[in-house]
Amino acid sequence: MRIRDRFAKTEARVAPYAFVSPFFIIFAIFGLFPLIYTAWVSLHDWSLLAGDQGYVGFANYRELFHDSDFWRALTNTVGIFLLATIPQLILATVLAQVLNAKLRARTFWRMGVLLPNVTSVAAVGIIFGLIFSRDYGIVNWGLGHLGVNPIDWQGHRWSSWLAISVMVDWRWTGYNALILLASLQSVPKELYEAARIDGASAWRQFWSITVPMLRPTIIFVSIVATIGGIQLFTEPLLFGSGVNAISGGNSGQYQTVAMYLVQQAFTGQRFGYASTVAWVLFLIIAVFAVINVALLRRIKSVE
Amino acid sequence: MNRTQRIAAAAASALVVGVLAAGCGGSGSDSEGSGGKDVTLRVNLFGQFGYKDLYKKFEADHPGVKIVETAEGDLGKYNTKLSQQIAANAAAGDVVAIEEGQTVNFLQAADKFVNLQDHGYDKLKDAYLPYVANATTSADGKTTIGLGTDVGGLAMCYRRDLFKKAGLPTDREEVAKLWPTWDDFIATGEKFNTGIKNDKIHFIDAATNVYNSILMQGGDETYFDRDNKLVVDSNPAVKNAWNLANKMIEANLTAKVQAFTKEWNAGFKNGSFATIACPAWMTGYIKGQAGDSFTGKWDIATVPGGGGNWGGSWLAVPKSSKHQKEALELIKFLASEEGQMGAFKSEGRLPSLPALYDTPELKDAKNPYFNNAPIGQLFVAGAKNLKPVYLGAKNVPVRDAFENVLRSVESGDRSESKGWPAAVKAAEKAAK
Repeated sequence: MRIRDRFAKTEARVAPYAFVSPFFIIFAIFGLFPLIYTAWVSLHDWSLLAGDQGYVGFANYRELFHDSDFWRALTNTVGIFLLATIPQLILATVLAQVLNAKLRARTFWRMGVLLPNVTSVAAVGIIFGLIFSRDYGIVNWGLGHLGVNPIDWQGHRWSSWLAISVMVDWRWTGYNALILLASLQSVPKELYEAARIDGASAWRQFWSITVPMLRPTIIFVSIVATIGGIQLFTEPLLFGSGVNAISGGNSGQYQTVAMYLVQQAFTGQRFGYASTVAWVLFLIIAVFAVINVALLRRIKSVE
Repeated sequence: MNRTQRIAAAAASALVVGVLAAGCGGSGSDSEGSGGKDVTLRVNLFGQFGYKDLYKKFEADHPGVKIVETAEGDLGKYNTKLSQQIAANAAAGDVVAIEEGQTVNFLQAADKFVNLQDHGYDKLKDAYLPYVANATTSADGKTTIGLGTDVGGLAMCYRRDLFKKAGLPTDREEVAKLWPTWDDFIATGEKFNTGIKNDKIHFIDAATNVYNSILMQGGDETYFDRDNKLVVDSNPAVKNAWNLANKMIEANLTAKVQAFTKEWNAGFKNGSFATIACPAWMTGYIKGQAGDSFTGKWDIATVPGGGGNWGGSWLAVPKSSKHQKEALELIKFLASEEGQMGAFKSEGRLPSLPALYDTPELKDAKNPYFNNAPIGQLFVAGAKNLKPVYLGAKNVPVRDAFENVLRSVESGDRSESKGWPAAVKAAEKAAK
């Protein structure tokens, strides 16, 4: 009896931890350990193939601070992020509103907006690369009919940013719209009815009811978009092609920080320096997330 | 439990099961093949090596052995992945291909490859071109990680029909006489431009491809000396190649496309360039990209400056391979006379075994796609003049940096005068 009692007691104490432990174990292996190990590597001169070449303290961080290529990559990343995310979130909110209305074949449209997201990124990259191609691209062909000279989309900073942003928006707008739609459906209809009786315009209803009610979801969506945007890698990589696509254009005009990281690690073989880039990238994302929350807190919430 | 929770729980348990299964999978494959039966050899290559028939032969001679090839089309991606796998000492496959530019790089991790000197390399090595035999041997001479397969003996491919339109000779001997030197080549290009009267058709594809070809002809050293010190600023070979490439840009000879991009591939189909620096393996690439409608329109002449090299490969067995014995047999077979002739026949890859150069099979080989050009003789001539070139461990990042700056001059983003200092600066950074 006693043993069984004690066992039951222990079980009651331990079981909850055991139940939540899989997450923490998996997180420790795949999340925490790489994080700490990367920090450790970043303090070393570490060649990918030749291995550890010795402890260098914060030398990598000092070098990164003066590395014009890194700052250029950061500017590109933030530029593409802003150019892509802001229109994307606005568009997604509007799209969610539209999908929430009484439409014919509603499920069809709702599923439809998710299609770009389930398309393989590689295919998206190839197709958009062709669409924005200099010599035989459809965009330049269309512009040609308007009397505009062909644009070397890969060649300039602004044009490559724009093309990549279009690619990102094409993939993610529908996905975000669906998340916003889900939360839109939980907004009580009475609020709108009351507003209508008070004579509020559609715009006023949107701004004073929809947006505040959606606030938690908007915060979630924009933080996820921030993390994705700052780690942007595949789209710009596939936008360029060829052996040296990782350098993001001839003068790195569309190389993002994540691409710079991979270039340092695998072309440059500088594993230690790449780890430094990774850690700084991590800190930048954290800063951006905090800014995000601070800004979005200012949206009035309806309790 | 409501529905969402149930789904979440199901997903979570699926994940856990998946992780466990993956863990078991790793240990499961250990036991397989230890008895010498039912071995699957994974061969990890880039591009087309033309080994399909050779695999069949090997499998027939070695009952129970099955060969699975994975070929990555993008060399940059391939190198990245292989570096990862070798650095982690796992999952690289049983046989891997090492490209010319990466040999010095992988020699840094020589302990992660099977040392061929423990498996009779002494008896094999004299049969290869000396440069091929030495390229995968460590500086102390004690470790050899790869067996040479093909070399990129250089020639110049050109479009007969476009040359005719531009009023230039089309016969390959006559064409070769047009350009004994690169300056003559530029002069020919200028004549081509005035003759063709079409600004959509260019003389060469890209400045970088010619630049690399000239650089590799310079011989001995390129960006690095043998102590791995960066010598871009003092090595006249680099400056010479750079200047010639800039002259071509200035004369408006290039189509301004980047090698191995979609635009470059489209350029073959649309016929936007008339010549291309052409190592032996390129013939297979041109045929694949341009397609059957261009049969007989291409031809091959000798390259300006005489001979040279672009590319070439070695086969190695990573230590992480669980079937090293069979893998070693396979690379010895693929790098043997029979194996190299097979790759030459199917993909035009030029052997690195000089004994084959005098065989009638190679001497008389003609390529119908290239207007029956005697590819054997043309490429062998290129390979015989081949000078061994030392490429430093950081060759690839430095080459990328140089190419990027050259391309920015080509596209007009940078003036020619600003190009060279920018390239040197970028090279210094990339060499860190």
